[in-house]
Amino acid sequence: MKKTKTVPKEYSILIGGAAGQGSRMAGLVIAKIFNRMGYNIFIHEDYQSLIKGGHNFSQIRASSKKILSHKDEADFILALNEDTIKKHKEKLSKNGTIVFNQDKISFEGGVGVKIETIAKESGGLSIMSNTALIAAFAKIAGIDWRTLEDVLKKEITKGVEKNLEIAKKAYASVESLAKIEKIKNKPKPLLTGNEATALGAAKAGLENYFAYPMTPATGILHYLAGNARELNVAASQLENEISVINAGIGSAFAGKRTMVGTSGGGFALMTEGVSLAAMSETPILIVNSQRSGPATGVPTYGGQSDLLFSLSSGHGDLLRFVAAPGDAEESFYWAGKLLNMAWKYQSPAILLTDKDVSESTFSFDEKILNKVKKEKFSEWSGKGEYKRYLNKANGISPMAFPGQPGAIVKGTSYEHDEYGISTEETADIVKMQEKRLRKFEAMQNEIDKMKEAIEISGNLKSKKAVICWGSAKGAVKEAAEDLGFKVIRPIVIQPFPERQIYEALKGVSKIISIELNSTGQMEYVLNGCGIEADQRILKYDMRPFTAEELKIQLKKA
Amino acid sequence: MEKLDTNCPNTWCPGCGNFGALQAVKGAIEEMIASGTAKENIAVVTDIGCNSKIADYLNVNSFYGLHGRSIPVAEGMKLANPKLQTFVFLGDGAALDEGISHLIHSAKRNSDINVILLNNRVFALTTGQFTAVSPKGLKGKSTPEGSIEDPINPLEILMASNASFISRGYALKVQHLKKLIVESAKHKGFSFVEVLQPCVSFLNNMQFYNEKAYEAVNDDPSSKEKALKLIKEWDYDSEEKVPLGLFYKIQKPSYEELMNKVKTEKEADILECLQKHS
Ligand SMILES: Cc1ncc(C[n+]2csc(CCOP(=O)(O)OP(=O)(O)O)c2C)c(N)n1
Ligand code: SF4
Ligand SMILES: [Mg+2]
Repeated sequence: MKKTKTVPKEYSILIGGAAGQGSRMAGLVIAKIFNRMGYNIFIHEDYQSLIKGGHNFSQIRASSKKILSHKDEADFILALNEDTIKKHKEKLSKNGTIVFNQDKISFEGGVGVKIETIAKESGGLSIMSNTALIAAFAKIAGIDWRTLEDVLKKEITKGVEKNLEIAKKAYASVESLAKIEKIKNKPKPLLTGNEATALGAAKAGLENYFAYPMTPATGILHYLAGNARELNVAASQLENEISVINAGIGSAFAGKRTMVGTSGGGFALMTEGVSLAAMSETPILIVNSQRSGPATGVPTYGGQSDLLFSLSSGHGDLLRFVAAPGDAEESFYWAGKLLNMAWKYQSPAILLTDKDVSESTFSFDEKILNKVKKEKFSEWSGKGEYKRYLNKANGISPMAFPGQPGAIVKGTSYEHDEYGISTEETADIVKMQEKRLRKFEAMQNEIDKMKEAIEISGNLKSKKAVICWGSAKGAVKEAAEDLGFKVIRPIVIQPFPERQIYEALKGVSKIISIELNSTGQMEYVLNGCGIEADQRILKYDMRPFTAEELKIQLKKA
Repeated sequence: MEKLDTNCPNTWCPGCGNFGALQAVKGAIEEMIASGTAKENIAVVTDIGCNSKIADYLNVNSFYGLHGRSIPVAEGMKLANPKLQTFVFLGDGAALDEGISHLIHSAKRNSDINVILLNNRVFALTTGQFTAVSPKGLKGKSTPEGSIEDPINPLEILMASNASFISRGYALKVQHLKKLIVESAKHKGFSFVEVLQPCVSFLNNMQFYNEKAYEAVNDDPSSKEKALKLIKEWDYDSEEKVPLGLFYKIQKPSYEELMNKVKTEKEADILECLQKHS
């Protein structure tokens, strides 16, 4: 017997304007109103690589269930500029409403509000017309004044009184057309993947962050710099990514947990540092937030085309941890986990995110907080003569740091003996290479045992399985769950959790691989384990998947 | 006396200027330790090149980095542990070709590291190609008819980059060089010691330096004007006299001092941050 599904309460709102008009901030305020009313939130940001003009929009989805992707269809379109209507009106749902800036746009249908006039007449700044739009929307959607007022008071830092005056006028100027109900849920923090990454690393003891600005990783630098005191982290912007990775390695060598962050092009510059970290056995966490490539690509849009590059980054025989989180909670968890593992194994670790994880906003479940802490690593006992590269059975030499009495600590990019003195002797070379190989084996063993290295969801008994990774999580899960497919998602990708994947594939007769790239990079990894996909769904217009479009394709599978 | 030697066999060519520099460095470290610096707080970062082998020859903390990248490693170390007395040893190829952006920015941000440039005016370890400071016309394997580029004056670049300590020594004037190194270590902020270092195998200018290098007297190292006059006396190409000594020194807060101001003893307060998000 089929269970009847309860239809979730759900709304999708698209707000758009030219860059500089503040549609993103306005979208966040709207999301916070829904959050306050108990809804789960997901926001997808679409913006261009320009500072003023162009067309930017946020797609906010609010639902009574947990959601990790946006919807194409919008129940409300909020237009600060004419482009918003022109470009998106086809996406308005059957009973949807367009609320627009009547001072700038003439449009038949929908509700026009003279938001600029209202702001001006109240003596407010022109940016405050956004407050008028938010308030008008709230009234139209049947959201009570108290909720709106509470959120505005919290979110607006300058000119609160003036904004409230404007909001009141706009609220009074329109009629309610709907009644969006409150849900009995505690509001959750709304976090982007970047913010969650910063917090997860901080929870695991991060003390220094180095970066050079690059979309979509820049948010981490901004967030850590803005919360330096709360998080006890120094966030340094250096002259280029080469400097960033080398300074990061210096900082870790001197004993501080360190992270660096960039996107594909900057990561390309960092790769000599990946190799240096591996040879010198210095723990470093590198965030590589993918955007579309090759080269400059489409800078503010997404994609998952740096997987193979990340997996093989750095010259020489080496192994790095690579993990790809699919939402904010996973960004938090894996940033912390990878920082700990980098220290445990004195190795480079790469948090491979992408634009749609890094810059999307998620409802963040605080239950994950307790799963991350600063974990122990192998420390020198302080007894006897110190050897930085002591030839231990598990390949992990205890760490001491410059400044520690009694130890001479010699780290190096050169092949070396146990003291860290350069060597060209065959016996020494083989000994150290084998020490590192034993460590790589230990890294593989750790992943083999790690349950959370992959996620299995959907219909666990289905013979049809979808394999996806990273930001595809949200849309794929939703589509596959609706259609009754199994979803297998490797989160750790190096060392590859082969054992868990084989286990998950038991009883599966059809594999569909879904990725946001044009060549099927995860498939290449699977092929390496003798796993072939029967079908592939690839998307490379640099926009994220939606569950709707995936369902259409998966129904054919 | 501290044991500053290691068991690593020295592979520099006999007569190499680096031997004089090593002697001066050891003397400086001994003096620093004698006057109270804990040995464990001395850290050396080296680059790649003949000069950088010094990491293997000094029994102190060291990090032997990548070519051109020693300066950022040292900056990271200093930020992580401000107690470290952090020396960088690198060649002209590293500092002025491969890694010149790091040199400029490190001076600009006044990172509290001591950069010792072992300047033989040639890529020595790769068998003698021209660098940014090679004399024009240098015949190397990559420029068999002589290099066609004019050299730059790195000390002028450092002045323009707002370096707070600029000096020059000569590898064969060991005592003078030692003093400069000790002084550079005492300086709070970015310090730069250029060491003229003859490479007997690829650019033996020992005789030239012996004749032309002289200890200049600078009665006011805080004067930019006076510093620039000394710095411009020799342009790395001519047969002019080559001044040595401390050219420029001013005091300003270091990068690490300012960056670490946000640090406290308490742990990261995640909940405080999360409050701003609901
Ligand atoms: C990224 C990189 N490029 C090139 C080299 C090859 N290389 C080794 S040493 C060196 C030049 C060193 O010149 P310099 O810094 O002046 O040091 P010297 O040998 O003269 O002391 C070069 C180019 C390298 N090791 N790494
Ligand atoms: S090649 Fe030149 S710099 Fe290198 S060791 Fe020989 S003399 Fe010294
Ligand atoms: Mg040189």
